[in-house]
Amino acid sequence: MSKITINIDGTEVQTQEGEYLLNAARANDIFIPAICYLTRCSPTLACRICLVEADGKQVYACNAKAKDGMNITTSTETIEKERRAIMEVYDVNHPLQCGVCDQSGECELQNYTLEIGVDTQSYTVKDVDRSSHDWGHLHYDPGLCIVCERCVTTCKDMIGDTSLKTIPRGGDALNADYKAEMPKDAYAMWNKLNKSVIGLTNGTDVLDCTSCGECAAVCPVGALVDTQFMYKSNAWELKQVPATCGHCSAGCQISYDVKHASIENPEDKIYRVMNEWNYVSLCGAGRYGFDYQNANATKDEAAFNAAVEAFKKADTICFTSTITNEEAYLLQAMKEKFGYKLVNNEAKALQTFLKDYSEISGTKLYGSDLERVHTTNFIVSVGSALKTDNPNARYALNNSITVSKGAGLYFHPVKDPIIEGLGKSIMTVEHAPLQEETALYLVLDLFGDKEKLPKDIVEYLASFHSEKTITVEETIKEKVVEIVKEMKVNEETGEEEEIEVEKSKMVPKKVSKEVVVDDNKLLEILGTDAKFMETLEKNLKKKETFALMVGPDLYTHPSSKNLARLVALVEKYSKFELVMIPTLTNSLGVSLICELDDAKGNYSIGYNTDGDFVLSGLGDGDLDMPAINQQEGTLTSVNKRVNPTNAAISYNGYELNDIANALGFDATNVIDYTVKLPTSVGFIEEEFDNLPNHYENDGTEVRGYVLKNVAVDASDDESVEKFSEDKLEGCIIYSANPVRQFTDFTYKTTNLDEVSGIYMSEEYLSKTEYNEGDTVTITTANGELTANVVSDNKIAGDIVILPTFDKKLNSEVLFNDYRFSTASIKKV
Amino acid sequence: MKMEQFNDRNVADNGYFLVDIEDYPTDSWGKFKRVVKRSFKGELFVGLWVVMREMLRFDIHTVKYPQEKMPIGPRYRAVHEMKRLWESDTERCIGCGLCEKICISDCIRMDTKIDENSRKEVSEYTINLGRCIFCGYCAEVCPELAITHGGEYENASEQREHFVDYDYMLTPIDTMKAKAQKEFEGFGAITPHEDERVKKTPLSY
Repeated sequence: MSKITINIDGTEVQTQEGEYLLNAARANDIFIPAICYLTRCSPTLACRICLVEADGKQVYACNAKAKDGMNITTSTETIEKERRAIMEVYDVNHPLQCGVCDQSGECELQNYTLEIGVDTQSYTVKDVDRSSHDWGHLHYDPGLCIVCERCVTTCKDMIGDTSLKTIPRGGDALNADYKAEMPKDAYAMWNKLNKSVIGLTNGTDVLDCTSCGECAAVCPVGALVDTQFMYKSNAWELKQVPATCGHCSAGCQISYDVKHASIENPEDKIYRVMNEWNYVSLCGAGRYGFDYQNANATKDEAAFNAAVEAFKKADTICFTSTITNEEAYLLQAMKEKFGYKLVNNEAKALQTFLKDYSEISGTKLYGSDLERVHTTNFIVSVGSALKTDNPNARYALNNSITVSKGAGLYFHPVKDPIIEGLGKSIMTVEHAPLQEETALYLVLDLFGDKEKLPKDIVEYLASFHSEKTITVEETIKEKVVEIVKEMKVNEETGEEEEIEVEKSKMVPKKVSKEVVVDDNKLLEILGTDAKFMETLEKNLKKKETFALMVGPDLYTHPSSKNLARLVALVEKYSKFELVMIPTLTNSLGVSLICELDDAKGNYSIGYNTDGDFVLSGLGDGDLDMPAINQQEGTLTSVNKRVNPTNAAISYNGYELNDIANALGFDATNVIDYTVKLPTSVGFIEEEFDNLPNHYENDGTEVRGYVLKNVAVDASDDESVEKFSEDKLEGCIIYSANPVRQFTDFTYKTTNLDEVSGIYMSEEYLSKTEYNEGDTVTITTANGELTANVVSDNKIAGDIVILPTFDKKLNSEVLFNDYRFSTASIKKV
Repeated sequence: MKMEQFNDRNVADNGYFLVDIEDYPTDSWGKFKRVVKRSFKGELFVGLWVVMREMLRFDIHTVKYPQEKMPIGPRYRAVHEMKRLWESDTERCIGCGLCEKICISDCIRMDTKIDENSRKEVSEYTINLGRCIFCGYCAEVCPELAITHGGEYENASEQREHFVDYDYMLTPIDTMKAKAQKEFEGFGAITPHEDERVKKTPLSY
């Protein structure tokens, strides 16, 4: 796309060829009113208020594309008449209950009504019964709804649940006179508005979706509200604390909205989480899982002294990746000073994977990020349960499919109805566990540049191809000439006579013929369906940009080294851009900052994990630590961005920095270490207080900084091992969390009410003897556990899922390192 | 809007004049002179003389408070009251929070929640009279004429913090039954001829 210049209201504006006029104007701080449009989603054309005149013709700014030299007038007399009429229509029958509406003034209907200056009403229609609905975690009040369809649009184009749609409103039609007397667009918009309200796609009155709450966030009025926030507080009373979500590696921009807890309790409490929904979309955990703070922590001096003693005694620090970069730096500094072993298996796996990957790629980090995936045409995902490992990766995939006319290829052993439901152009391959190597070989085979790829790999790939002859039925069109008799009037005599006319026509005809086709054995090994190649070819039409997302299944895979090298080869020798999904919130940061060890020593300190002395942000350890929403610091996201986060809630206990200071370090605050983060791995020497956290009007992300992708020495050796033919069969368990749960911190929150247990799909439950609520024992080579069966309709197929968010369940005992395992299940 | 009246900072022309006040002494000799002058001038007796003169005239207008009390004007702004609806005796307050927002001395706080009928309910409401400056903004902003000022000005208390809650301010139901609730006529009250100035929204009924 090339830079062009357009003229909006006399101002020369630089923009991209094909950019929507509305976005071009917004990027240059020119105001065009618009209600229904969401950046990154497809134009809905419900409100029609963004009317502008482009080269003398009225167009909608949200779906008209910029052309070089275009002249745009944002306001003319007719346009103003239309806008005024549209706003009057929106105000027809809208309840005057602004005083008790949860939008409390953050209302676009109010704003535009005042902006356009609607002071009298000219239109009426009889209202219908529009009583409110309780949809579970959302509350819908059709009386307040202006049917801009932003909720429907975001659910379809961004989230991918497609749980909302417009349904008939019923009631009277508009007075026929209006058609003549009203401005054209206003009438058309009203005519549509008057026939619809928002309803659920599943036809019931209970939401069954991945519960992200994005629809309520984008609602311009108070029609869709989070049930937990209903009538809790006016928006203007809330102080917004800019932060970064601490639940997964996506590192979404959020703001914690805080206010005193109640009249009696002046301590701050988080009432809700908001986001810049035009540029970032949250998942249910980010939106509703905010009250995981370590409340009631106090400065317990005895416990603190015990902690200092424990640190003097210990030789190992075990920790999880739900810590900030600064704390990771502090742990590394302690390691250097006192020789601790740092143990964090999940970050270690990512660290090793990245190192193996660097040997071929020559860069410290993968090349792309999720922001780019949004605009990519063709996406392949290997080794990640996308919807739960990183919901934003799923949104990126869905956004690409729905808005960027993209297609996707999803390799994962667990059948996932959510991913399958993203659209027709998503293909899923449920290969057996351990076959991730084969999947990557297939990607290399299908998309790799065979001329540049190392010879032996090309030969190895060729060995799977053979030719086979198959009989196909084809429909061809044949030209048939036939003689038809027609009656025609003879012009000379004026009489009717029969003449013969030759007519040719095309007739479809079915023929069987034998053709020689390529037979790819890799497909057979992976167990794809017969039409795989045919569908893929169709999906690959007009695709220019490609992305590969790989996930945690690969990092802990027995042959992860080989997988890392394969991934690097795919990035190097194909058009694919690569994104790796880190396992936990700050796995990437930890793996870059800390030198991690494999084995524990004799006496270990556990930070948010087990140990001989436990520091815990969950409040259940020997010494309290702050949770992520109680501390300042930076988190490294999947987008290779170092995002700052602020403390939303006060914390009265000790933190890691206090212990470090007692052991001879000297820093007033832990954020004093931000500037010291290692530049050798890509961090930038920048003070915490200088890190911004916002988005610009054109969507530019101004948050923290992006890590430099440091070059490392690559070896010339590009050899990869052949894939092993091992695969897990029989009864398989997988270590993954349900939607909206990530760690013990999400489990602790009040609004995320997922039940812990052994997750089985409805399909599997109906096939087997187990029922929801049964207590079963799962035994693997590593250990066994007993828990209750929970039915999960967000998964399908036969693989049983064991969550990691509940410490008490302790599902880790069942697994070696790899996320899959064979197991036997027995009813108790 | 013309800004001249704000820009004219020469207050003397508008009938104001500077009072002739002696400058404060700065050195210790000056301070000593002031002490001596004040001690021997007998200024104290000027005040005592005025009191005695008025007493001898037997023309005293002082109200014998607290035995006697002056009537309070209907627009007087003393301790707040919460009004009820005439039609149903239910509370007028809808919990919109505007009073909490507008309060310039930040003395109003309220907690709201959703009640069993899915309506907004004020679960707790307090005014800290120790902070309140009785400016009347809360009554003026109230869209329901719910919070008003009343005539109760005797709100001395033992400590600076002095809270009144919702139930204290609410019109007692007995007063309501006796139709004895008084409407407030001050800030925020409906002005006469309000109906004539409102333009009706057309309806299809």
